Amino acid sequence: MAFEVLPDAFHAQEPNVKPQTSNLKPIQDMSTSRRDFLKWTAAGGGGLLLGFTWTGTRALDHIEADGASAVAPVEFNSYLSIAPDGTVSILSPNPEVGQGIKTAFPIIVAEELDVDWTKVKVLQAPLDSKRFERQVAGGSGSIPHSWTRLRKAGATARQMLMEAAAKRWSVPVGELTTDKGTVIHAAGKRKATYGELANEAAQIPVPTDVKLKDKKDFKLIGSSVRNVDNKAITTGKPLFGLDTQREGMLIAMVQHPPTFGNKLKSVDAIAAKAMPGIVDVVTFKDNIAIVGKSTWQVKKARAAVKAEYEKADELESSSDHDRLFREMLASGNATVRRKDGDVEAAFKNAAKVVKAEYQCPFLPHSPLEPMNFFAHVKFDGDKPVSAELIGPTQTPELARNETAKLLGITPDKVTVDLTRQGGGFGRRLKADYVHDAVEVSRLVKAPVKVIWTREDDMTGGSYRPAVRYRFEAALDAQGTMIGYRLRGASINAGNATREHNFPSGAVPNLLIDSVDHKSPITTGAWRAPITNFLAFAEQSFLDEVAQAAGKDPVQFRLDLLEKAKKAPVGDVKYDIDRMIGVIKLAAEKSNWGKKKDVAQGFSVYFSHLSYVAQVGEVVMQKGKPVLQKIYAAADCGIVVNQSGARQQIMGGIVDGLGHAMYGKMTFQNGTPEQTNYNNYRLIRLNEIPEVDVHFVDNGIDPTGLGEPALPPTGAAAANAFFKATGKRLYNQPFAEQELFKGVS
Amino acid sequence: MAKYNLKINGKVRPVEVDPATPVLWVLRDHLNLVGTKYGCGIAQCGACTVHLNGNAVRSCQLPVSAVGSQAITTIEGLSEKGDHPVQKAWLEHDVAQCGYCQAGQIMSAVSLLKSMAAANRSDPSDEDIQAFMSGNICRCGTYTRVRAAIKDAAQQ
Repeated sequence: MAFEVLPDAFHAQEPNVKPQTSNLKPIQDMSTSRRDFLKWTAAGGGGLLLGFTWTGTRALDHIEADGASAVAPVEFNSYLSIAPDGTVSILSPNPEVGQGIKTAFPIIVAEELDVDWTKVKVLQAPLDSKRFERQVAGGSGSIPHSWTRLRKAGATARQMLMEAAAKRWSVPVGELTTDKGTVIHAAGKRKATYGELANEAAQIPVPTDVKLKDKKDFKLIGSSVRNVDNKAITTGKPLFGLDTQREGMLIAMVQHPPTFGNKLKSVDAIAAKAMPGIVDVVTFKDNIAIVGKSTWQVKKARAAVKAEYEKADELESSSDHDRLFREMLASGNATVRRKDGDVEAAFKNAAKVVKAEYQCPFLPHSPLEPMNFFAHVKFDGDKPVSAELIGPTQTPELARNETAKLLGITPDKVTVDLTRQGGGFGRRLKADYVHDAVEVSRLVKAPVKVIWTREDDMTGGSYRPAVRYRFEAALDAQGTMIGYRLRGASINAGNATREHNFPSGAVPNLLIDSVDHKSPITTGAWRAPITNFLAFAEQSFLDEVAQAAGKDPVQFRLDLLEKAKKAPVGDVKYDIDRMIGVIKLAAEKSNWGKKKDVAQGFSVYFSHLSYVAQVGEVVMQKGKPVLQKIYAAADCGIVVNQSGARQQIMGGIVDGLGHAMYGKMTFQNGTPEQTNYNNYRLIRLNEIPEVDVHFVDNGIDPTGLGEPALPPTGAAAANAFFKATGKRLYNQPFAEQELFKGVS
Repeated sequence: MAKYNLKINGKVRPVEVDPATPVLWVLRDHLNLVGTKYGCGIAQCGACTVHLNGNAVRSCQLPVSAVGSQAITTIEGLSEKGDHPVQKAWLEHDVAQCGYCQAGQIMSAVSLLKSMAAANRSDPSDEDIQAFMSGNICRCGTYTRVRAAIKDAAQQ
């Protein structure tokens, strides 16, 4: 049993977006949008591409400079243009990895522009650092970074359209209103569409100070707007990096050393090179690239390549990591991250001490679209002069800059087109697979699409770091937490703690430190870096402490927060009231503590500027614990898109639960032991709980949701499993722990 | 290399490829039908699901030499205007996050509803959906809406 509990008004609150599928616009066809984009940039370009500034620029400059005809769309600023027929085109600059940014950004622009959403066409912008800021998908940072900027983009254009109408009708601009892409002068019973006014509006000086809408007047923001690429997705249109096709394009696979700590010694590619469809086999650094005309031919030839590797660094096994964790937890040489009060004295005077350790394994990101990229390095003789890049990346600017460095050219000679991306989860923050494409294109002097197989993807590194935590809590006779100690021991995580997160600020005596081991196994940011596991460990531990103190887990947290509010200890870097808000909302919606026959577990976490509390519910079925439901209460401020936001919460919970239950990457002498979905388990449809999502409605400027729902899930589940069975889960994956032995 | 006349989406498409080439790569590399996705290459994720004579199969494990005269339907050929009841339900429920797995999910869901219809049933139970759809991985975790969309499509 699992279904989504929808708010009553899910389909009703869409003034501009009708629920019928026929009105699910804008719908982007890649080929059309590409053409439109070129036309548009031709009209707006002419060497006069303006940055997103509000002073002293005239939108008309773009048009006149190119001598474009009057029917061309009028470009108002970096984000939007309006065509005479009323079509509004909005560029969405940030990488779309499934977090819904390609839909969310234009919603914000369209809201302030006051335009009919069904007339909006959304286009993915390429990397363009002159027009846009922070073209990054990471840290759940896009919405908070761009919120005001996007609103101003819409509001400025609206103001110009109103001033153009005022001029045309010789009336004061203050007498005008707008609605659905039309300027209205009610007194004079006149109206004109944005399309009709666009050219005149372009002659209005860009206003420097525009009034933004009162939030209570939002119509589009806060409604349920569907993914702008839905139609293309459900009909199989080319959208993703792997779908890239170009005239003369070759396919390449790149074999990296299969073992962390090894380097390439020798290659015998004679047989492979002679196979049908193979253009060349080349090497760069420790990698072997097999280049040919089709994926299957390249894959077959790859199997015929003979390569020898030799040891260049430590070859670590997972058993080594278990030993290293013990050593790091015992180490006298840790980096102190935060220290409040006198923690030694607190533990000496404690009536009760609670201790626990939690451990998590490495995890691959495994986005369903494996790493791939298209690169076309162009030459003047033997000298690279420019490069065209197309593909999935969360950091196009990094891809451009590293490519420029690699080729010895300036960054302005590198273009990056962004495709839709089959998931990211942090893996595409790195540009290693872009390097592959650039290196191969340079070596074979042809346009090349590099494809990593699933095995390459899973064994290719940049994992979520493995971590072990030790927590200690000192309680006084009344069950108050007077001392708290946390050590994070990690492999390639740097600082495995987030020392200023809750409960810091609420405990008078506190010490948080960390020890890290440098390993040849590469690691990187994985959705909600560090907190994706720290939150599980900390919120499970607090459940244990509450139990030892004889207190209700929700009340125990609320008491700590009230204490932090009245007498904060050191810096408090989270909003105490907002955290209390989501705790209370989750408790209320889940009927916390009042249900019979259901074991509930609580968890709350603040990450990436948003607050999420969750309640897991476990029932016993035939003697086995089954997680049947998770309630989530989130505070991300204003919800930009109800449908997208709910998806992020549900997806984050499924992701968090799946990896806590099943995820594990292990090593034997430096070689990854999990290689594909047959031996690396991802959560499937039959394994998900029902999810019930609620938002705090507080009108605060919005923060991101790509990550914050994931961290609390592990503990919401584990604490409910404990409540149901009396057994605590200290290690991930849960499925391998004693509690689940014999449960498939 | 060998020549084949494949029946794909109602048309005969000639190709000349290695007989062992999986249909997935024939579609993607030789016929530019890229809606069918590569996810794992070992029939574990379902992203490459197509219909062979109306039944869902994993095209990454189907060599082109085994197809013969059997009809292949891909996501591109499911309907002319993208308005198959399952596609419409996917739009209505706003199922996709990243969208990469969804062509495979849709092809599996259509096959599920076909088999329901063949058994004169119109209401797939949660168990039916679990049995049929658990072979399709969604890394973004859209399963809740996948399930809801299937139930909705079954009513059309």
